[in-house]
Amino acid sequence: MLTLECPYCGIKADETELAPGGEAHLKRQGPGASDEEFEGYMFARANPKGVHFERWRHAMGCGKWFLAARDTVTLEVYGTYPAQTAAPPKALMEKIEKRQSDRGGK
Amino acid sequence: MRRYSAFAIAREALRHHAGWGRAWASPEPKKRYDVIIVGAGGHGLATAYYLGKNHGITNVAVLEKGWLGGGNTGRNTTIIRSNYLQDPSAAIYEKARSLYETLSQDLNMNVMFSPRGVIMLAQTHHEVRGYQRTAHANALQGVATEFIGPARVKELVPIINLDGPRYPVLGGLWQARGGTARHDTVAWGYARACSAMGMDIIQNCAVTGVETESGQVRAVNTSKGRIECGKLALVVAGHSSELAEMAGFRLPIESVALQALVSEPIKPCMDVVVMANTVHGYMSQSDKGEMVIGGGTDGFNNYTQRGSFHHIEETVRALVETFPMISRLKMLRQWGGIVDMTGDRSPILSKTPVGGVYVNCGWGTGGFKSIPGSGWAMAELVAKDAPGPLAAPFGMERFREGRFIDESVAAGVAH
Ligand SMILES: Cc1cc2nc3c(=O)[nH]c(=O)nc-3n(C[C@H](O)[C@H](O)[C@H](O)COP(=O)(O)OP(=O)(O)OC[C@H]3O[C@@H](n4cnc5c(N)ncnc54)[C@H](O)[C@@H]3O)c2cc1C
Ligand SMILES: [Zn+2]
Repeated sequence: MLTLECPYCGIKADETELAPGGEAHLKRQGPGASDEEFEGYMFARANPKGVHFERWRHAMGCGKWFLAARDTVTLEVYGTYPAQTAAPPKALMEKIEKRQSDRGGK
Repeated sequence: MRRYSAFAIAREALRHHAGWGRAWASPEPKKRYDVIIVGAGGHGLATAYYLGKNHGITNVAVLEKGWLGGGNTGRNTTIIRSNYLQDPSAAIYEKARSLYETLSQDLNMNVMFSPRGVIMLAQTHHEVRGYQRTAHANALQGVATEFIGPARVKELVPIINLDGPRYPVLGGLWQARGGTARHDTVAWGYARACSAMGMDIIQNCAVTGVETESGQVRAVNTSKGRIECGKLALVVAGHSSELAEMAGFRLPIESVALQALVSEPIKPCMDVVVMANTVHGYMSQSDKGEMVIGGGTDGFNNYTQRGSFHHIEETVRALVETFPMISRLKMLRQWGGIVDMTGDRSPILSKTPVGGVYVNCGWGTGGFKSIPGSGWAMAELVAKDAPGPLAAPFGMERFREGRFIDESVAAGVAH
């Protein structure tokens, strides 16, 4: 069972307590955006086989949105961080890189 | 290729079954093919078959990283129906369903198509209205379905409990010519027929890269070396994003796990397929007597072919209310497959930004039923470099144009 730590309340919540929200760090588009930009925002997805940055909501807890880095092949959760973060934190990126080189390759 | 027939069985019975021969050849790849198809699931193999049969293109290879039919084609609950809401969907799914009717004869292999009938239960008033609307749409599309009341549901499914406290049965959408087929035989039958036309089906051959030259495909790199091609069709379901990345474009696809499970075999108790979409549960009885149960998808991206246990719990909890007798059954096996979900829950049959590269994906939780129709439409798209009437509405430019084929009610959770 998937377990993620809510960065707000610090609770290690299992997935039945959480609601998944898809890819994180998408650039939001508004009026005046081109069709391509809207398509990218609404539909085009990285869908990687590997590290995925994604949104979750602590639905049965504090109710807040947060972000997570998770491996879609091993289901390892590398870490979680608040939703008000424009890009994955540097420390998390370093941790992911280290985990991957420990495993030998990507 | 030896033809299968009653006479052949009698002949082989007299000589210890020594004369059957292999169903398909296992050649080493040639240097170049006119068309390479990546993925030997049902859709890839059917595409190859109709390329040969309808368009006379037989210098074709189907490359499969694992074994033939080992993807979702060999993992699904085999429900076949064509009672969709939108016209483009009804056209391609009904084409597929009608091809299933004679597929055994066409392929000379018994795919055990069993048009036993499919009921989609209406368990909320919203569903009653939705399915009545679908029945009207189907009448206009020439797809034979009808909306039936609870009494008729009970007649068709004696083991059903109509008065569940949470999910009473208020009626259902009934398609009498829907049903099931034997999934891996569909893959095997197409493979055997392709091999007989001289096509190469190459298993244990993973595609690892796509080579292009000024926007046009040249070759693929594989675990068995570089193979040149005139055209390339990507038909890899849950792995479509990976292959698209190799070719240099993005797809509106997310891969998630979908699970199924089967019970111990019991005596015949239900001779139709029942789907309960409100509760994400589907059930039919296999020829061996197992109750075959499918559930809902996980909500998060996943390539593990497992899926979360709580989905199984939810599905079984809801089905026990509707079919109280299954509460005493032991479950034998559970498994998962990685399904490819698009933004509007409809498939993609499309040209791509790379010349000579075509995709067929996005069938998600419901693409077993569409294998023959999808292969038919995809073969035309690849052969003519332009979609025919079946494939045209399913181009991937529809996501840019906002021209969706919204089947999220008919296909988002159900098979
Ligand atoms: C549990 C479950 C239940 C389902 N129930 C139903 C149902 O009742 N009715 C229904 O209509 N549909 C159902 N479906 C959906 C259906 O199974 C799929 O839509 C359909 O089988 C997809 O077929 P395909 O040929 O596109 O993909 P697949 O059969 O998955 O074939 C794709 C192939 O591509 C290969 N591949 C991937 N990457 C590479 C690579 N790099 N190089 C070479 N080969 C590669 C894979 O190994 C695989 O064999 C269900 C699915 C699941 C998982
Ligand atoms: Zn919280």
